[in-house]
Amino acid sequence: MKEFTYQIKDADGLHARPAGLLVKCVKECSSNITLSVNGKSADAKRLFAVMGLCVKQNDLVTFTVEGPEENADCAKLKEFCEANI
Amino acid sequence: MKKLHGIGTSDGVAIGRLMLYQNDKLSIEKHYIENTENELARFKAAQKQAEGALNEIYLKLLKQVGEKDSMIFQIHIMMLQDEDFTEAIQEKIVKEQVNAEFAVWETGQEFAEQFAQMDSEYMRGRKTDVIDISRRLIQCLNKSTAAGPVNSEEPFILAAEDLTPSETVKLDQSKVLAIVTRVGSRTSHSAILSRTMGIPAVAGLEDSFEKLKDGMFVIVDGTSGEVLLEPDKATQENYEKRQTESINSKNKLKQSLGNTTIMHNGRTIEVNANIGHPGDVQSALENGADGIGLFRSEFLYMGRDSLPTEDEQFEAYRQVLKKMGKKPVIVRTFDIGADKKVPYLHLPEEENPALGYRAIRICLDQTDLFRTQLRALLRASAFGNLKIMFPMIISTEEIRTAKAILEDIKSDLSAKNIAFDTAVKVGIMIETPAAAVLSSELAKECDFFSIGTNDLTQYTLAADRMNGKISKLYNQRNPAVLKMIEMAAQSAHQAGIPVGICGESAADPALTEFYLKLGIDELSVVSPSVLSLKSALQQAIQSESGKD
Repeated sequence: MKEFTYQIKDADGLHARPAGLLVKCVKECSSNITLSVNGKSADAKRLFAVMGLCVKQNDLVTFTVEGPEENADCAKLKEFCEANI
Repeated sequence: MKKLHGIGTSDGVAIGRLMLYQNDKLSIEKHYIENTENELARFKAAQKQAEGALNEIYLKLLKQVGEKDSMIFQIHIMMLQDEDFTEAIQEKIVKEQVNAEFAVWETGQEFAEQFAQMDSEYMRGRKTDVIDISRRLIQCLNKSTAAGPVNSEEPFILAAEDLTPSETVKLDQSKVLAIVTRVGSRTSHSAILSRTMGIPAVAGLEDSFEKLKDGMFVIVDGTSGEVLLEPDKATQENYEKRQTESINSKNKLKQSLGNTTIMHNGRTIEVNANIGHPGDVQSALENGADGIGLFRSEFLYMGRDSLPTEDEQFEAYRQVLKKMGKKPVIVRTFDIGADKKVPYLHLPEEENPALGYRAIRICLDQTDLFRTQLRALLRASAFGNLKIMFPMIISTEEIRTAKAILEDIKSDLSAKNIAFDTAVKVGIMIETPAAAVLSSELAKECDFFSIGTNDLTQYTLAADRMNGKISKLYNQRNPAVLKMIEMAAQSAHQAGIPVGICGESAADPALTEFYLKLGIDELSVVSPSVLSLKSALQQAIQSESGKD
């Protein structure tokens, strides 16, 4: 299991469009990926659940990545975050 | 073939398919099913179909507007595939043994509710997306029960409970063939809008509205107030013939009267058009209007999330004035309030909105709003023949205060060397009994009167014009109303200022002679009525001279 924290830069937080892009990226990974923020967590494959976290700008979110490909998926996810959210 | 009877609120015939628009409400039938496997399969198929449709829209938009603005449809697809959402639907079908439509709708409502309770304004707004995808799914499940959002590639006949002004301004006018509503009367906004757009409309279908189904083929006769469901071939041909005839006779009128000015006893009678948007000017000119008798400026404030800026307003007024050239354009300062709601102004809910905080009352209270509009108007006055009109006046003080603000802005503009028409005419609407009764005093304070018969009728007769139950009482030909008009017209002429009529009854052929007798100087009606009114005036003038 791997874990990393990321601070959201997007001014509108994780609104529909970036949340959608995130879910799309997560679906391309084989690992189980969980997104946690402010004590709540959601399966990052589920758009409604991710949007339901109401992630705002500057929030610290934690991704937990678990599976045989976790190293590669983690790197991919980090790259996605830097570029998009 | 079934025939429904309502109130014809805008003349003409339309033939086409119905689109049921149900605001936030959608009545989905609930029934119990035995074969849950079958129901789950139906849901899966609908999901696939909806995804396909969304993907098609996405690809099409991608080419037209690019990735960023078409992304929302990708998100809708993801929402459709969302496991929490689909699992909740499937669970409902299996556990509660209900039909897929009902399961989708209930789940959609639950998810929408969750969004509605979130603490971010943006996320609360996503409720609409959830409702949208639920509707789409239901539409795929059952073509006849579902309602889609109001947009379609094909022209359609819009059927709705009622339409609020902000809903109507969002309509794609080029696609709407006719409007049919459950409630409403001749003076409800959807009716006025239909007449402005020149499309047929029937209102007040009441319970028979239930018989209308999405996608149904119908004929709407806005003259008789009938709606024919699934007409047979002969009936359809009959109505098509009527459609062609009415277009032909309209063209004939246009040719013979398009550029004619109506003269009566050596004076001209202006026949003007009422508009709500700069885009309506084209139709006013095509229909031979002598000017714009009423530009309902409040429409610039509606159907948006924030106040229009001074520059935005200036641009809108300038466009209208430039297109009209030397022809007069009367702009009514915003008549917000009552049934014309502007959510972002956060006006309080009122017990009696028609008698409440509206129009000039807001202007003189929140003067910053008023000043912005007046500045925009004055700046635009340099580009044409502008007249400014204040609505809902009940006293001379109101006119004086409003004019003082206008003068203040004028001197500010002069000081800054910004061009405007220094002699811009300022008038008032006579739409309250107070204004009619005090008209001889009010006439001394302004350059013209325009009688707004819609509100004048409602206030004189104490009959709410939105209340279908008392639509019989709301009568623009009532002698009390005519007496009010007569008083105002006489006061205007004694003071040597012109008087016009800009309510619905300006187009009432039964009152044409009455207006001629009073020496009314201007009549303002919806664009499609301009020519027929000119022709009615001409006939009345001819028969008058025949009698002499």
